[in-house]
Amino acid sequence: MRNFISNLVASRFFQFYVTLALFIVLFGIGSVSFDGFFSPQVFLNLFIDNAPLIIVTVGITFTILSGFGGIDLSVGAVVALTCMSLAYLMRDTSIHPVWCMIMVLFIGTAVGTLNGFLITFFRLQPFIVTLGTMFLCRGLTAMISRDSVGIDNEFYGELAFWSLPIGDCFLSLGALIALFVVLVATLVLKYTSFGRGVYAIGGNEQSARLMGLKADAIRWKAYIISGFCASLGGITYSWIMLSGYTQHGLGMEMEAIASSVIGGTQLMGGVAFIPGTLLGVMIQGTILTIISFQGTLSAWWTKIVVGVLLCLFIVMQAVVTEHKNKLMNLKAEKSSKDKKHN
Amino acid sequence: MDMLKKFSHSSLALPLAALALLLLFNAVFVTDFFKIEVMENGNLYGRPIDILYRASSLIILALGMTFVIATGGVDISVGAVCAISAASCCVLLGGDISGVPQHPFFIAILAGIGAGVLAGIWNGTLVAKLKIQAMVATLILLTAGRGIAQLLTDGQIITVYYKPFSYIGGNIPGVSLPTALIIAFLMVLLVILLDRKTSIGLMIQSVGINQTASRYAGINVTLVLFCVYIFSGFCAGTAGLIEGSLIRAADANNCGLNMEMDAILAVTLGGTLMVGGRYYIGGTIIGAITIQTLTTTMYAVGVSSDRLPAVKAVVILLIIVFQSQKFKQMYRDYMLKRSASGQLEASHA
Repeated sequence: MRNFISNLVASRFFQFYVTLALFIVLFGIGSVSFDGFFSPQVFLNLFIDNAPLIIVTVGITFTILSGFGGIDLSVGAVVALTCMSLAYLMRDTSIHPVWCMIMVLFIGTAVGTLNGFLITFFRLQPFIVTLGTMFLCRGLTAMISRDSVGIDNEFYGELAFWSLPIGDCFLSLGALIALFVVLVATLVLKYTSFGRGVYAIGGNEQSARLMGLKADAIRWKAYIISGFCASLGGITYSWIMLSGYTQHGLGMEMEAIASSVIGGTQLMGGVAFIPGTLLGVMIQGTILTIISFQGTLSAWWTKIVVGVLLCLFIVMQAVVTEHKNKLMNLKAEKSSKDKKHN
Repeated sequence: MDMLKKFSHSSLALPLAALALLLLFNAVFVTDFFKIEVMENGNLYGRPIDILYRASSLIILALGMTFVIATGGVDISVGAVCAISAASCCVLLGGDISGVPQHPFFIAILAGIGAGVLAGIWNGTLVAKLKIQAMVATLILLTAGRGIAQLLTDGQIITVYYKPFSYIGGNIPGVSLPTALIIAFLMVLLVILLDRKTSIGLMIQSVGINQTASRYAGINVTLVLFCVYIFSGFCAGTAGLIEGSLIRAADANNCGLNMEMDAILAVTLGGTLMVGGRYYIGGTIIGAITIQTLTTTMYAVGVSSDRLPAVKAVVILLIIVFQSQKFKQMYRDYMLKRSASGQLEASHA
């Protein structure tokens, strides 16, 4: 039994199991406490309401995973810039909404490219660089318009309200895109040489370089992916808000980082599991849903609960890492002893 | 010439050059920028004073941040800690419209600073004892901090009508300099004393460069890290009081918003690297003043507060690129090539 637990803790998916268990417990608490909580639609609403955050979190996970203090603080501002550009393009020009969406996807990609260039070419700290581009995008958003710009394009509205019926319930287009992004990201990280390269440079950059991996190119791509995801998240965000405003997506980067950490990503780099980060977002969503069902608690409790959860998970990560090291040492000792006996 | 060369290689060169450039811009384009007047009540008034006055809480935050960054960490919770500090002070004073405080003033001030120190102890415990990465550890308070502040104020914005509370962010009657500036000056003095007269500065640098080596050299790494985070919390508590006093209220959502980012920028502008090791107190102070000068300048030429970040970002990105090792090397290579080709042409002639 002890052996079993020890192996479980050391297993690669331990964090994922804990996150999953926590999600089930939280959802269970909600279902027991409130009538009507335990329904498929409430569950699906978690995807619908958090679609932008899911997409952004997937992107940010790539940058954290790539190591070298990797982080992308610009995502929230990119979301705002994307929404604002969309709203502006649709109000003041007659470009078809589909082209508008394709155009704004280039905004995030460009910001990601700039981030990646500054970080890999000049070897600057990701924290400072992306902080700079965050300010840049927020400022640019305000330069387009300081006031809220509504989106009243008919075709765009139809897209925003389009939904896929599943039995009695439905999923919005944004949620479907979010799930698709999660699926693609998981497969890319698991089965492509690029994905394995991201893990490698995050785990140990020096070894990865010695193995012949082009660490800079891989890292650059990770930032481009994060920027692209931020733009895509921005489009889904605009489907929820149907407007562009400078304060959109404020603090989203921190929510995304928190979700990623709750989902088992280590900020040191090299450790992450995309389905785990999806659960991280859904745990935050579940807390919000419970608070809104409860009715009298204020939204600031979400912040406190998320803070407490973050704390728990971070301490757990520290303990797990220590346990793994201990286990590795034990194994090494054991094998050296066996050799002596032989 | 030699002096100039020495100066251009010193760490203060870049932040000072940036500040000088900004001031030059102001001298040319903004009328009466350097004019300082004495107002009727004896207070000094003018843009330079205003810049220093507005920069003072940033300077205080950046001082604490310098030490944290020098140990190789970062404290991204300071803005939220400002909010907690202001909230606890205002709650103790109470929002009574008659201006009668519920608790004595000094207890409220102590509570505000105490809240900051408490937050510092929390961060310090996580980083020093549990060995959690600084950014992750302080992320906890960043997410939960404003929630805690709102819990303290019960979600309300408490407006304090007690007169002396406004003195912290304003002027004490009869003193011509803003109180915040005096507090910042005292803090700078304290830090310089600590840096020059004790070995704590050396220990911090040593921890920032190599923790393991420092431990073998007999430095109590845990204690150094712990102290650094407590000091950062103390600074955040003090800055929180100033920020709260400026608007005479505890606004849990907006007090000290994005201040952590500005503080980190001030430290980096001052030449301290995020990876830890050497730090420059003077550079940090100049960095903080540069950021505030940039803000004031932009307001003076009519850039609105929400467009300001774009300008700020371009300046910051340029400065960090200029500071990078790679850029310096490229510049050196370019100069070498130019002088080489110059010699070649000369020999041909």
